[in-house]
Amino acid sequence: MRLGALVLVPILGAVAAYFDAPARRSRWLVGAALLHLAMVAWAWGSPPATSAIGWLRFEPLGGLVLTLVSVVFVAVAFYAVGYLRREDPRGGRAFVSALLAFLASASMVSLTHHFGLLWVGMEATTLTTAPLIYDPRDRHSLDAVWKYLLVCSVGIAIALLGTFFLATAQLAATRGGGAALVLEDLVAEAPRFHPVWLRAAFVLLLVGFGTKMGLAPMHTWLPDAHGEAPSPISALLSGALLNLAFLAILRALQVVNASAHPEFARTLLIGFGLLSVAVAAVFLLGQLKYKRMLAYSSVEQVGILALGAGLSGTAAWGALFLMWCGSLAKAALFMSTGSIFIRYGSKRTAEVSGVGRVLPLTAVLLAVGLFAVSGSPPFGTFLGEIALLSGAIRTGRLGVAVAVLALQAAIFASMAAAIFGMVLGRPAAEVVSERGPEDRWLTLPPLVLLAGAALLGSYLPPALRGAFDAAARAIGGAAP
Amino acid sequence: MVLLSCFAVLGTDRLSACIRIMAAQGVLLGLLPIWIAPGISAHIVLIVAGTLVIKAVVLPRVLLWAIRESAVRRELEPVIGYGASVLVGLAATAIAFALATRLPAMPDPTLPLLVPVSLAVLMIGLIVLTTRRKALSQVIGYLMLENGIFLYGLTLANGMPLLVEMGVLLDVFVGVFIMGLVVFQISRELETLDSRRFAEPRD
Repeated sequence: MRLGALVLVPILGAVAAYFDAPARRSRWLVGAALLHLAMVAWAWGSPPATSAIGWLRFEPLGGLVLTLVSVVFVAVAFYAVGYLRREDPRGGRAFVSALLAFLASASMVSLTHHFGLLWVGMEATTLTTAPLIYDPRDRHSLDAVWKYLLVCSVGIAIALLGTFFLATAQLAATRGGGAALVLEDLVAEAPRFHPVWLRAAFVLLLVGFGTKMGLAPMHTWLPDAHGEAPSPISALLSGALLNLAFLAILRALQVVNASAHPEFARTLLIGFGLLSVAVAAVFLLGQLKYKRMLAYSSVEQVGILALGAGLSGTAAWGALFLMWCGSLAKAALFMSTGSIFIRYGSKRTAEVSGVGRVLPLTAVLLAVGLFAVSGSPPFGTFLGEIALLSGAIRTGRLGVAVAVLALQAAIFASMAAAIFGMVLGRPAAEVVSERGPEDRWLTLPPLVLLAGAALLGSYLPPALRGAFDAAARAIGGAAP
Repeated sequence: MVLLSCFAVLGTDRLSACIRIMAAQGVLLGLLPIWIAPGISAHIVLIVAGTLVIKAVVLPRVLLWAIRESAVRRELEPVIGYGASVLVGLAATAIAFALATRLPAMPDPTLPLLVPVSLAVLMIGLIVLTTRRKALSQVIGYLMLENGIFLYGLTLANGMPLLVEMGVLLDVFVGVFIMGLVVFQISRELETLDSRRFAEPRD
């Protein structure tokens, strides 16, 4: 019941926001987001019973993703209130309703333990975010929406075929006893699955959901969508949506892990992960637009996540922890670029300079955020990186660890050059002339997210730590 | 029959004809479960009704509406020609049949042709999707891809819960609807661009 409510509350909020007066829309948005977060916290306090209707179940792995999505969503909701005041997208009511509908589909993806519903939820996240990316004043954004819809829909279609293959494997193994596609049954029956079906199913699911996650070489939509979308949406896409797709891949990994030969899946994940990091490093070199730069940094981030899941052991723990801290930091970075875009009116890195003088707090957020996503010591990303790299070395993959470190150094160098070029320097005269105080709605949410990422790096509450350990064990990893 | 309709899409250059063919394909797909299923149950009836309504009636209407609004009649610039794409489609079919014989035995071998045909339809859909430049033809390619997966799903019709199948249908429907809206937007943007281009020399 309470699990069903997690999906229903955002839907009701979406409907209410659609029909209510424009002035009260943002209240519905923030209210539903806060209520959702409170309910997630309650679910951690006393885990609700598995709901038979809709195959919903609360367990640490999905719970961690759901909590992250909910936290990022609350920050985005507050930020969107400030953003909508300045840059009202056409059709404001569809904007708020689509945001809340996304939250509902995200809850379904992270709570369901049925592969069919997982697929339905993932497709719903694509459809609810597509209208959000569209920005009527920017012609490029229409191209971006089209590319996003088409590439992700094809990816999702491939994932559906993978789901069907999984069902075939289950049907064949149970001799027509039915293919319920429930995660626990699949894990129990995985040793009896025909290896060809299982392998084909995993490859299709990895490629399909990997498209949604932004793994190279299926990442082509990501820089466009994240780069052209309004900033609160970019923050939501990178902070929440990618992790949902990662969760879907982890669910498939859970099934394969239970089978007799899980090695091929891990090798595939490592391969896609390394490729994504390498592609990000190359494309960051000549990047002219600052939001596209952050988008490629997201490609790197999902590459690291896939790599960690593939390495298993403590690296899997590191990947889950990086998913949390990296997403918080990345969402904060996208939010601060939103303030810059509002003031400078340009998405080109070269046309922005002197942010430190015009928007001092935003400049600090940008610089600190850079260190947070790159895994510097005060932040949780540092702990995650250490766990991941030590996991790689412990499993005898020293080469992988060295390659990742070298690529990440290159990525940091390109991003630092761009960001410090924006922060320092002399601002153009017309930007200075409209000097005004920074909007708290736009600076506080990223500040809180970055503070969270820093806090996780220095103090991890035992309960949360336990949840991470349990989730890592669920995907074949180990607590460090 | 379903395969034949795919080749028809590969070979034709008129978009409205493509959409009619897709509607016919939808009817075929909708009726297939009756043929396969051992008996008529509420489950089967709902699937047939849902497929017929969405694939054969609603989706073609949405696409035809998008054509009318955006005034795109022909696929003018395919990356590869019509004859060549039919040949590629034939090759894809051959690959699909070869692949299907390699797969381990199906749990429910009522219709041995279903798996290779579904794979072939899927691949032809991908070909249409990647070789056509007009947004609407890409939507048609995507629909074909979905139909291929639907065909494969029929082999599991007895095992999958109804709720999931309805969810799939609904998602496809909403997806194509949004795609239609985007197509409409694209054409409108182009129109304003064109008119601006016409207006500029006079200024």
